[in-house]
Amino acid sequence: MTGRRSDLGYWLAAQRGPLAAAALFAAMFALFVAKHPAGLSGSVVNTAANKGVLLALVAMAQTLPVLTSGLDLSVGSVFVMTNCLASTTLAGTPVQIGLGIAAVLGAGIACGAINGLVVVVGRLQPIIATLATGAIYQGIALWLRPAPGGDVHEGFADFMTSSLHDAVPVSLLILIATVVVIWLPYRRTALGRAAYAIGSSEQAAYMSGVPVARAKFATYVLAGLFAAVAGLLLTCVTESGEANALLAGSYTLSSIAAVVLGGTALYGGAGGVIGTIFGAFVLRTIGDLLFVFDMDALSQPLFLGVVLLVSVSLGSLRLLRVKRRLDLYR
Amino acid sequence: MEGISKHYGGVRALDGAGLRCARGRIHAVLGENGAGKSTLIKVLSGVVRPDAGRIELDGAPVELRRPADAQRLGIVSVFQELSLMPDLTVADNIGIVDPPRRWGMIDARAQRRRAEAALARLGVTDIHPLAPVRDLPLSRRQLVEIAKALARDPKLLILDEATSALAAADVASVFGVLRALRDQGLAIVFISHRMHEIDEIADDCSVFRNGRHVASFAAGERTPNQIIEMMIGRDYDSVFPPRPPGPASPAGPDGPPPALQVTRLSWAGRLRDISFEVRPGEVVGLGGLDGQGQRELLLALFGAVTGVTGEIAVGGKRVVLSSPRATRLPGGGIALVPEDRKTEGLMLAMSVRDNLSFAALDQLSRLGVIDRGAEQSAVAGVAELLRIRSDGLDGPVAALSGGNQQKVVIGKWLLTRPQIILLADPTRGIDVGTKQELYQLLRRLAAERAALVLHSTDYAELIGCCDRVLILYDGAIVRELEGSAITEHNIVAAAHNLPAGEPA
Repeated sequence: MTGRRSDLGYWLAAQRGPLAAAALFAAMFALFVAKHPAGLSGSVVNTAANKGVLLALVAMAQTLPVLTSGLDLSVGSVFVMTNCLASTTLAGTPVQIGLGIAAVLGAGIACGAINGLVVVVGRLQPIIATLATGAIYQGIALWLRPAPGGDVHEGFADFMTSSLHDAVPVSLLILIATVVVIWLPYRRTALGRAAYAIGSSEQAAYMSGVPVARAKFATYVLAGLFAAVAGLLLTCVTESGEANALLAGSYTLSSIAAVVLGGTALYGGAGGVIGTIFGAFVLRTIGDLLFVFDMDALSQPLFLGVVLLVSVSLGSLRLLRVKRRLDLYR
Repeated sequence: MEGISKHYGGVRALDGAGLRCARGRIHAVLGENGAGKSTLIKVLSGVVRPDAGRIELDGAPVELRRPADAQRLGIVSVFQELSLMPDLTVADNIGIVDPPRRWGMIDARAQRRRAEAALARLGVTDIHPLAPVRDLPLSRRQLVEIAKALARDPKLLILDEATSALAAADVASVFGVLRALRDQGLAIVFISHRMHEIDEIADDCSVFRNGRHVASFAAGERTPNQIIEMMIGRDYDSVFPPRPPGPASPAGPDGPPPALQVTRLSWAGRLRDISFEVRPGEVVGLGGLDGQGQRELLLALFGAVTGVTGEIAVGGKRVVLSSPRATRLPGGGIALVPEDRKTEGLMLAMSVRDNLSFAALDQLSRLGVIDRGAEQSAVAGVAELLRIRSDGLDGPVAALSGGNQQKVVIGKWLLTRPQIILLADPTRGIDVGTKQELYQLLRRLAAERAALVLHSTDYAELIGCCDRVLILYDGAIVRELEGSAITEHNIVAAAHNLPAGEPA
């Protein structure tokens, strides 16, 4: 150890991932705005915010299981399923819409609870368990909405996707509210701490008397809730519902990429949703940049794939320091 | 606690063991490797549940289903394997069990104050409470571990080898705290392999052997030699094949070069300046307490760790072992029978045949295509030699008994015709009959001019099987025993880094 670092030094060291992601996003977004023909206008920001927040919410959902060194492959399906459900419940009087929102969020929590039960009680590997439950949620989505469509209260949807004073996107406020009301308190509860402890060393956490089962279960439940918030917002953006399996798959994959870009280790134990949010924004801005730089639309998926691979590789740098070769396989 | 029994499969870890410790006393628990100390502690801290027996705390029976139960009752353990979460900060780790809360949320500032207080109590000033535990060296981590235990206000504090990684100055300040806690009325159970530490701090001692409680006495009543006699006991079984008469191979400058020569080998602070040689036809034992570097030495000789310094020569020629694959040398390579056969030695789901031929596929294939006929006859030959009992060689290895699985691991390497065979505790968890077969096999391999290095936690095995025994302590060779000097007493004394001497 070289001397004593200051408190700020330790804080900065711990926040390296989120800070890097935020800096990268700021640089990319500045480039995007500079290159965009309309410049920094309210509508450009609003559109970017709506797209970015959707992925950010789904990626936040993904972050929680990843912190416990799990994975939730059903986040995309919960997102799509709650979208289909919301396309039937967000109509009528304000009271009815309110009840409809509650029903959608409740459905997300229920999906997360099922995932949590299968992983914690069933002791299945999260990746397999959520692959299967994700297929079920996709099936429910199709059953709820066999054909695309829906009846969504137009005023409500417009408000949710607009900007206040043409400057502050409502979607962004929803994201911030989710962070402030759910994530920040959760992070500071014993349950949130336990999630980090489990991801860092499940054995040590158990030995220390940490409520391992309860904490894991909670991460999946919160994942379901975050995915449902995203589903709700998607319904307002499209004013309809669609059981789109491709959309579910692409959101699941991008959510994992956003988690890694945001500095959360796939082995668990370190990171958080703040980094993930910037990771999601970075991913969305890459797409926007490709658009303003007139990149061939057909080569965009290929390019995005390479970016994903590179960003996931960054997480493996620690392997270079391994002293005992067998540890590489742990 | 009384009458505690615990079986793992057919292995008896604890057999009606009991322990009684009083408030305001420091109680040392002693015993050889595998005497049941660790299992006893695990039972007491709720990590494993006993098959029989009962535990009383302050006269009232208690049931410990999980670690959280024990902690609620004030039983706090500091384990040999650390129970820290590396990604969390020091303060988070110390506060993990019962963090200070305000409105249901963790009060970070109060938690930090508590961590600082706990560290200060141990006289530690060079650990920042916001540092991630991952960044701390082992000795500092162990202090954090102890601070974590103290922060919980335990009634019964258990320290299982908790001072093994500490420097003398740190041990002294930890002992100071332990004495203060004792004077406050805490009951403390202290496990250590360092005799002088036990001399220094214990009020009472209990000796365990083979899962049973042997004796309890006040500290200072018995000499270290008497205690060692108690730890060894006198139950012997002679299942070992006779050693060949005379030295295995003529030593000295005129003889053939040693099969394996190690000069000043060091690795990452865990191995220190190790030099020894093994001649063809010789069985050299690696003894000592658990975790003194035996495992790491074998891995280093097998090219499985990076950053090794020093020289290794095989058959008189210097070699660089950069990976296990690099140990395939002309004239016969190095084979390692690893400690954990299920994960490092076998592919459990694959057939016995596939497992046996894996290491030798190079020799059994032509232009990259496996020669089925050659594989067939080679595998059949070695299965016959080892008397591997299985319904067929095409069944999965997972279906075999532990002893037969171990034979498959050994057989796999025999197919490559190694000149050096490293074995890491090969008889752990294996029944006596198969053990005997393995011992005979080792002797036969030695007779065929292979050089064997055998790490064993079973002293009887070192005595019965080995021509020479090297005792490791803290990553260095502290004693070499040869011929009639290989006695249980000498091994145990050397393992505790005590001078050799006859039983008092």
